[in-house]
Amino acid sequence: MDYSWLGNEVYLEYLWTGFVNTLILVAVSGAFGFALAVGVALAQIVGPRPLAALARGFTTVIRGTPLLVQLFFFYDGVGRLLPEIPGVRETWMWPILRDAFFYGALAFTISVGAYAGEVMRGAMKSVPAGELEAARAFGIPRHKILLRVWLPRAVQICLPTLTGEIILLLKSVPLVSTIAVMDLLKAANIVRDETFLVYEPLLLIAGIYLALVLILTLVMRRVEVTYPGMRPAHQRRV
Amino acid sequence: MQGFRQEGLLDWAGPLLWGALTTLEIAVLAYAIGLLLGLLGATAKLSGLRPLVWLATLYSTVVRSIPELLLIILLYYAGSQVLERTARALGFDVVVEISGFVAAVGVLAFVQGAYMTEVFRGAINAIPRGHLEAADAFGLSRGTRFKRIVLPEMLPNALPGLSNLWLILVKDTALISVVGFEELFFTAQQAAASTRSYFVFYTAAGVLYLVITLGSNVLFREAERQVRRGQPGV
Repeated sequence: MDYSWLGNEVYLEYLWTGFVNTLILVAVSGAFGFALAVGVALAQIVGPRPLAALARGFTTVIRGTPLLVQLFFFYDGVGRLLPEIPGVRETWMWPILRDAFFYGALAFTISVGAYAGEVMRGAMKSVPAGELEAARAFGIPRHKILLRVWLPRAVQICLPTLTGEIILLLKSVPLVSTIAVMDLLKAANIVRDETFLVYEPLLLIAGIYLALVLILTLVMRRVEVTYPGMRPAHQRRV
Repeated sequence: MQGFRQEGLLDWAGPLLWGALTTLEIAVLAYAIGLLLGLLGATAKLSGLRPLVWLATLYSTVVRSIPELLLIILLYYAGSQVLERTARALGFDVVVEISGFVAAVGVLAFVQGAYMTEVFRGAINAIPRGHLEAADAFGLSRGTRFKRIVLPEMLPNALPGLSNLWLILVKDTALISVVGFEELFFTAQQAAASTRSYFVFYTAAGVLYLVITLGSNVLFREAERQVRRGQPGV
């Protein structure tokens, strides 16, 4: 095992960038993906027929095809068609649309939207109807029922499953190395190409992922325990 | 341009279907081996023998927390080297050249086995203790007890997890393309690069995967009906 390359500042810089990008990707696609998931779930539960069918089709297609294929579909497929739209190069969006990072975040957001959407659909349907009826009887406006009653209760029901989805998201980040985004795997691959070491860089980032998953699991367990309504009654502040 | 014809989807239909077939072959083989590994892992975890429990826990925990792509790249390269070293240690002076196919199947099976270990462990744990005790009281041997009681009783519990893992496996086969093995997605990438119609070919690959996954959903639903026959309807 030869880890002397860790003394090289350039490589450390790559690894750090890869690490930060990994966290950003998880945070961004996790947040936007969850918003999309709520939309997908709502469309199927209360949406009009065509919208519900569209949402169902969306989840079926996304969950039935490999994420790697979706990534290339957006990056190479859609990404190469965009410049043919006249005037797109002059808009403010062009610097974003040219960046591989954007397509990685886009693919992950859509993927989270589909997988978590299914989870949220199940959870939102499991919220007892009486609680929503009670909220309506109090005259709470619809959007507030959603934000204050329906969603919090649904999240409470499926929180452990959502934890699993976040870990899956974290573990799919290395896929973006294939579309030239600097993540941990990309950094390791650069080190491998330049130092001719086959395993050391890969083992190092395997260790980093192991640690990240462990930390994420612990953090989420903490969240699960402190989530309102999940705490034992005697710990609750009045 | 004289004599030059733009290649299209039709010219690549053959290779793409061939790639889909390779993908299916890899997935089926890896699934079968993964089932065995999972059963072994679950048996080890439930055996109560310290070293076995420890080994199986290490296997299922580590493999499940490292990204599949990373594992596949690691094992793909490490696999041949480990085999070569073992062969050298045994006195054979050979250069081991495992084929891409074998490596792909081996790596995916190894990863699947870790997830299957957890599925089987949960499913076996859900069998009522009394049933196993009854089997012991009747003097069934361990083998017979497994074949007649444990297996048929745990399958209904395990099947939803198993069908999920099959879908994950089919989608994970695409990762093998990253190490340059020619399956469905690798073929689609080649086609896309050579015709420069990326959109068309990635869509085509997506459709083929979708056909496989939706098709297997039907099969698994039938299988679930089979293993649940005799159970009271829900």
